[in-house]
Amino acid sequence: MAGDALIVSGLTKVFNKNLVAVDHVDFTVKEGEIFGFLGPNGAGKTTTINMLITVLRPTDGSAVVCGHDIVKDASGVRDCIGVVPQEYTADEDLTGYENVILCADLYGIPRNESKKRAEELLELVELIKFKDKQVATYSGGMRRRLELACGLINRPHVFFLDEPTLGLDVQTRAATWNYIKLLKKEYGMTIFMTTHYLEEADMLCDRIAIIDYGKIITMGTPNDLKEGLGGDIMTLSIQDSEEDISDLIKEVPRVKEVKKQEGAYRIKVIDGEETAPIIIDAVRAGGHKVTRLSLTKPTLDEVYLEYTGRSIREEEESREGFRAQRIAMRKARGERTRGGH
Amino acid sequence: MTKNNNSKNPLHGLWALTNRDLKKWYKNPVILLLGIIQPIIWMGLLGKAMNLGAIFTSNSISLPQINPPLLPEQQIQIGQWLSSVATGAMKSTFGTADYFSYMAVGMMSFVVMFTAMFSGMSMVFDRRLGFLNKVLSTPVARGSILMAKIFSAVIRALVQATIVLGIAYMLGLSVGADFTPLNLIGVYAALFLISMGLSSIFILIAIRSTRQETQMAVVNLLNLPLMFASNALFPAKLMPEWLQTITKINPVTYATDATRQLILYTIDMHQLAIDFLFLGAFAVIFSTIGIVLSWRFLSK
Repeated sequence: MAGDALIVSGLTKVFNKNLVAVDHVDFTVKEGEIFGFLGPNGAGKTTTINMLITVLRPTDGSAVVCGHDIVKDASGVRDCIGVVPQEYTADEDLTGYENVILCADLYGIPRNESKKRAEELLELVELIKFKDKQVATYSGGMRRRLELACGLINRPHVFFLDEPTLGLDVQTRAATWNYIKLLKKEYGMTIFMTTHYLEEADMLCDRIAIIDYGKIITMGTPNDLKEGLGGDIMTLSIQDSEEDISDLIKEVPRVKEVKKQEGAYRIKVIDGEETAPIIIDAVRAGGHKVTRLSLTKPTLDEVYLEYTGRSIREEEESREGFRAQRIAMRKARGERTRGGH
Repeated sequence: MTKNNNSKNPLHGLWALTNRDLKKWYKNPVILLLGIIQPIIWMGLLGKAMNLGAIFTSNSISLPQINPPLLPEQQIQIGQWLSSVATGAMKSTFGTADYFSYMAVGMMSFVVMFTAMFSGMSMVFDRRLGFLNKVLSTPVARGSILMAKIFSAVIRALVQATIVLGIAYMLGLSVGADFTPLNLIGVYAALFLISMGLSSIFILIAIRSTRQETQMAVVNLLNLPLMFASNALFPAKLMPEWLQTITKINPVTYATDATRQLILYTIDMHQLAIDFLFLGAFAVIFSTIGIVLSWRFLSK
């Protein structure tokens, strides 16, 4: 067991007897690792986190968090974890400092110790200047940082972050990433986070699981996942594109797949830099003229597209049924239903 | 790094959570003011307007003309006789000669009842805002989460009842002949018990709810029956049989009776004991149910 901060097997949550939010999920997170759950809204990320932090009872399966079973030894789990929820949970009527002290009290940390830690943590998240201001006056970024400070008050072994940068602007997001990286570097903390931002997962996580409709579709390091696609992505347009030259391109060695999308060819190739000239030659030999060509190293978006059959970005606004499921899930979880986020 | 398994107080966090709710309240004087303004209006309008004793004074009743006409001194005699009948009627109905004092004490139960009824609302908000989830992920005992809500409601209720009593005194509440300041201990004990029981009920209703509309509906549904089917405003013994049955299971009746006995009346030890027994059982039963259910139902 040593070396694994989180062991999850067959974890399942069914709401209202028919809404399967999390469907037999298995994974382990190693000590000191940043592990990310990547998936669209409503995929089951928050439900998974809520089970791991002992707020929701699993319907089936089990999980062990720093050596404690989440059902049989929930209080053992609660002692060793820190949580930063998706919502801003700090009390608006209290000051930042009072909020951190309140969190400390919830962990039963003696007052002399909690005062020291609160100062330290507020220093760390750069809120020390505003500590005696009411939280109602804080900006979104400041609130997020305050949540981080609250979550760290018990010096957690495993730190859970649910969509840590949801709704933050670009700079604040980057700053938040720095704090998370700092935690890993300075304290060797194990971090489990959820996100639906690809760049966030790519940038922060040592390993990622892509989750959709409650199931883990694939798992690995961001690089492995990208390389797992088996090559680079080349996009090529030709003049006079009436004729489909997919078959012609497919004959070039090291071309793995060709798809015609909106007049352009999306070609998956191995060693893109070397194969590209050969493809151009072949197209020319076929009597066509190349008008545009681009070569990209695969991004997580491509990985996502490959495994789920759709782009993570597209789905933010589309898919009525999906949206309905998301709302149903939030209702079942007992949260406020928000239209979009 | 996280060895917190030292002798941790099992009640840790209880006061912190209670104090959080209280801070929201006392840091915001407007809420405090709004909480007591309604009972004050009731006292001022209903309590002062319903000057029942005045109905029977000689000034308000013109005596029927009879033959031979009454001599002036006879008229005065009859007037005195009438007003002593009125006082007697008031005394036998309300236990005190003035209705204002009668209902002002009832208003203490009223303000306690209202505070308790709305105590479920903060539970709903905590759940909606995600605060409850955060608390649930910490090692705080589940029962403490519920008890903190109950205690903060009880403390708020008692403070507001004190203000109402103070204002009632200024507006002319006349305490009974046997009243001593020591009786206030009993008054607070009674109000403590009823607010504990009532807020347990309303927090239990809110324990899994995410809609404050539901809470509002429940409060609206129950507040008038709880108040009027009790002796808070009018003595139960003058009510029809079926209504009396309801008043007998209504805890507001017992709290009001206990406080009236302690403030206005000559104490009937037997009745007072019954009041406290009922209120004690009410508080213990519902807060226990609350703690037991919080284990099961706070998390889904």
